[in-house]
Amino acid sequence: MTTLPEKTQKKLGLVIDLDTCVGCHACVISCKGWNTENYGAALSDTDAYGANPSGTFLNRVHSYEVQPTPTSDQPAPEAQLIHFPKSCLHCEDAPCVTVCPTGASYKRVEDGIVLVNESDCIGCGLCAWACPYGAREMDAVEKVMKKCTLCVDRIYNENLPEIDREPACVRTCPAGARHFGDFADPESNVSKLSAERGGMNLMPEQGTKPVNKYLPPRPKDTLSAPAGDIDILAPYLEPVGQDAKGFLGWLDKTLEKL
Amino acid sequence: MNQPKLDLSPKVSDEIRKTTCYMCACRCGINVHLKSGKVAYIEGNRDHPVNKGVLCAKGSAGIMQINAPSRLKAPLKRVGPRGSGAFEEISWDEALQIATDWLEPVRRDNPEKLAFFTGRDQSQSFTSLWAQSFGTPNYAAHGGFCSVNMAAAGIYTMGGAFWEFGQPDWDHTKLFMLFGVAEDHDSNPIKMGIGKIKARGARVIGVNPIRTGYNAVADDWVGITPGTDGLFILALVHCLMKAGKIDLTYLAQYTNAPCLVNGDEKSPEFGLLLRDDAGKELVIDRKTGKLTPFDKKGVKPDLSATHRHAGISHRTVMQHMAERYLKDEYSPEAVAERVGISAKRIRNIAGEIARVAFDEAFELDQEWTDFRGEKHKKMQGRPVSFHSMRGVSAHANGFQTCRALHVLQILLGSVEVPGGFRFKPPYPKPATAHPKPHVGVTKGAPLNGPHLGFTHGPDDLALNEDGTPARIDKAFTWENPMSSHGLMHMVISNAYAGDPYKIDTLFMYMANMSWNSSMNTGGVMKMLTDKDDSGEYIIPRIIYSDAYSSEMVAYADLILPDTTYLERHDCISLLDRPICEADAAADAIRWPVIEPDRDVRGFQSVLCELGAKLKLPAFTNDDGSQKYADYADYIVNHERRPGIGPLAGWRMGEKGLTSGRGGVNEGQLDSYIKNGGFFVEHIPDGAQYYKPWNAAYQDWAVKMGLFDAPQPYLFSLYVEPLRRFQLAAEGHGDRQPPEHLRQRIKDTMDPLPIWYDPAPENRVDDYPITALTQRPMAMYHSWGSQNAWLRQLHGHNPLYVPTKLMRDNNLKDGDWARVTSPHGEITVPVLEMAALNENTIWTWNAIGKRKGAWALDEKAPEATKGFLLNHLIHELLPPKGDGLRWANSDPITGQAAWFDLKVRIEKTDAPTESQPNLPPIKSPVGKDPGDLVWKVGK
Repeated sequence: MTTLPEKTQKKLGLVIDLDTCVGCHACVISCKGWNTENYGAALSDTDAYGANPSGTFLNRVHSYEVQPTPTSDQPAPEAQLIHFPKSCLHCEDAPCVTVCPTGASYKRVEDGIVLVNESDCIGCGLCAWACPYGAREMDAVEKVMKKCTLCVDRIYNENLPEIDREPACVRTCPAGARHFGDFADPESNVSKLSAERGGMNLMPEQGTKPVNKYLPPRPKDTLSAPAGDIDILAPYLEPVGQDAKGFLGWLDKTLEKL
Repeated sequence: MNQPKLDLSPKVSDEIRKTTCYMCACRCGINVHLKSGKVAYIEGNRDHPVNKGVLCAKGSAGIMQINAPSRLKAPLKRVGPRGSGAFEEISWDEALQIATDWLEPVRRDNPEKLAFFTGRDQSQSFTSLWAQSFGTPNYAAHGGFCSVNMAAAGIYTMGGAFWEFGQPDWDHTKLFMLFGVAEDHDSNPIKMGIGKIKARGARVIGVNPIRTGYNAVADDWVGITPGTDGLFILALVHCLMKAGKIDLTYLAQYTNAPCLVNGDEKSPEFGLLLRDDAGKELVIDRKTGKLTPFDKKGVKPDLSATHRHAGISHRTVMQHMAERYLKDEYSPEAVAERVGISAKRIRNIAGEIARVAFDEAFELDQEWTDFRGEKHKKMQGRPVSFHSMRGVSAHANGFQTCRALHVLQILLGSVEVPGGFRFKPPYPKPATAHPKPHVGVTKGAPLNGPHLGFTHGPDDLALNEDGTPARIDKAFTWENPMSSHGLMHMVISNAYAGDPYKIDTLFMYMANMSWNSSMNTGGVMKMLTDKDDSGEYIIPRIIYSDAYSSEMVAYADLILPDTTYLERHDCISLLDRPICEADAAADAIRWPVIEPDRDVRGFQSVLCELGAKLKLPAFTNDDGSQKYADYADYIVNHERRPGIGPLAGWRMGEKGLTSGRGGVNEGQLDSYIKNGGFFVEHIPDGAQYYKPWNAAYQDWAVKMGLFDAPQPYLFSLYVEPLRRFQLAAEGHGDRQPPEHLRQRIKDTMDPLPIWYDPAPENRVDDYPITALTQRPMAMYHSWGSQNAWLRQLHGHNPLYVPTKLMRDNNLKDGDWARVTSPHGEITVPVLEMAALNENTIWTWNAIGKRKGAWALDEKAPEATKGFLLNHLIHELLPPKGDGLRWANSDPITGQAAWFDLKVRIEKTDAPTESQPNLPPIKSPVGKDPGDLVWKVGK
């Protein structure tokens, strides 16, 4: 069994904006590219052009259809589609670490990143079973446990320009739906964004205290709702004339004033 | 606690080479990281004007293109029957000699018997020059089956369209309305823009039968009935006009709303605009009450004027619009049922547009001077912007629908203003500034001008003296008079039918015509393999160039293998489909950041050599030697006009390097490479908006060489060329349409936007469900979805069926359904989707692959469960009993009407594989290398 640090100096993690994620998978493939070439073993793809292609990914996007509950404002709400990117949430109480029999899984004391020390990993897979989020994947070729490193080999990397010292998924996200920062600092971009937009923990009942936060989608389809007793948009469509003749009369009067 | 010590600063790469992505049409800047000369990682280039550092899934997966087993390895000569996939490898010398031996006699005797069509081509200004120099009239790229309605409607209406023509003013817009199925165009800028405006709480409205992608994040989703967007838009126009929520100053100053329409029913110019002797549109000046040219200094055009002359009333375009669109037939209540949106919701949307456009209007503190010489202290902002994906254009009413959308944004005064829609150079550029089509063939000599262009009336049609079509695709004929991009989807069908004539050689590039790029896929395979009585193939010779083992390869006689995009030179030129931003002109190059490891050559370089062997004037020096050694040589040394070449950056001026106009600079490509692969020149501050009418912009554009003299113009709410074709159909003029087309031309070529329903011609009574396709964001416009990483995201494509149709047909997830259209049937797996128009089914396009293609295992899900809707869509409409071949195309532009497909579905027993299940083709490249571990560094 492996112990977690009592406290980490920083809490580095991601804010993922579910209101903005268009489900394009840019983060998935950028992550695949960086982490195939970098930290530890490559992310392999078995049967890559065959009947059952199966690769290791540290970040995946799942899409869920949601049928909102009818309300008085929206008696027949339209179904919605939510794109949900998922990778390791770098939990404060990470069960994947405590379950590790060799100490290969650990949470870094300086920044809270949860990592696998591949040279100590025996590929037993207990950590993947322990993770309630399914965020770890065993590489089928290397037989070693792979997971999001929060691009620990980018964020401090002095061979990269300072502006690029952020996770590959954040750097590449075209919609700007991913944000990286230190949740231990209440003034950080991620802390403020999470506070403003009601950042949520994923499955809080698991007690894992995830560092990553998800911003919920904003209310949708408000133009389809009966807007209460007073139709606030109706005055904007007040007719200037009922037909072409009336319209042209208004036109002439208005042009006089211009 | 015993943490391992990590190397937190590992070396990232030996070298970064900056070039341009080619995984789709977006053309982002990429940093290619190399280790020991091998590609280790690809990321976005932060300095690049298109993507500013971000990169989509396709872009990052580009690394899997350069190791793909499907890459062609050497030129191939067919040795088995067509379609079998049996080839032998040959040398480039032999391949080029075969092509020369085939094409030389064609050029000498019948240049039109070469049909040269390119698909995902990003070098159309080059390939068209080659075709023009060859002398065939039969050239086009894939626009005709993709999006010509979008492009042509925009250019005829306002001198530009969406996509590479322009973009919303992301910094100022407060309401963004997105129409149309499909999840791209242009890929990263749209995602960046939506992210930007949502971050500041602006509203996004998506109008799309399918709630995926951008529509999934839209604040409001309008699940419209497919094909009715035009009717919905005209209802919005009705509401806004009726409420006077239109920008009268803008309409009077910058559009043809105040222009006078000839009201003399007996005149051959009935319905055309009144003009003076110099050809300038006339308006009534409110100050003098007199007829005045629209551009006279100080004129105040009167929107409501009537000019009475010789007992005839000539009224303004604005009056004609009021008469039409204020009619009750365009009211929300009248259209609600057909468009599938409640009248209340249509009114809410119109009200929200009105509120934002006028209550949230703002001004930028920026002086500017208009083309009439009038100075303005500020720029009026109108923060409503529109954009459309290709869905709305892929209908037989698509041209008028796209027109309606442009008319809507012009009525609001939101085009080329702060907060609205902005053009990207070289646009704005009115239709009159584009070439007209040319079909003048001379044996052994070049064509008399560019193939494609814009027609302005019957005189511009591409007809022979006997009235027969000059082009094999019948572009620019009475069947589709304004087909500015040609009709690639009709080439094989027409050549097979010998209608209008037979051809000798079909030459194609990056066009998967025997699979997902054709309607009637099975029929096309037959057309490509059928022989005549003498045992010859009906289409005698087929030359094809592709980088990968696509389905089309098996159907060609000679294969010219192309490189991947990281192994080649290219230019993304202002002469072509540029990559400019609304505030800057930009172009870019590709260059070989790695060398090919196979015997392949860039297709454009091959054309340079083939052109010289055929002695094409544009590719041959006076002494008969080859003019351009390769494409790079062409990019640097070709001049389209004196001082104007494919690239605008680092040209040679009189006093050193210059931009835009300038002489050839032998070091130009090096300068591009040093600058990260691109060139950008910003538009001056005072020239950023109001570009069609802004004197500072017009002067800047002339300086840059975008055009040779200022060309301010009015937006065409009323499109005269349409009216000229109507006039012919009404009997005016010498060039007359055939009788069977006369009524259709009168009905559809209305100079003001209309809506008509293509459903009855597609037998909606028997086939009541609309079937659509779109490509997923991670594959859109991507040439090669066999990509090892991307195919794990989208490796199979269920048929998505809305909840109601699932229930009606007793279907559950994983069941199979037979889908039947008037043309054919397929049997495919289904999956329920609730966020979908209740009478629409859809699937991801081009996931389905033919067994044996793309070096995939024959048991790959793409080949066993994947499928194409193409089998259900015919290039012709269902027969009407008149013996005529009616194209399944827009009657104005010839745009392929993919999305007019009507079907019915029924539950069926599960077959072992999707149907139709075509036999495998022999892979010319082998297949399936098994596991993949691609780490190039140690």
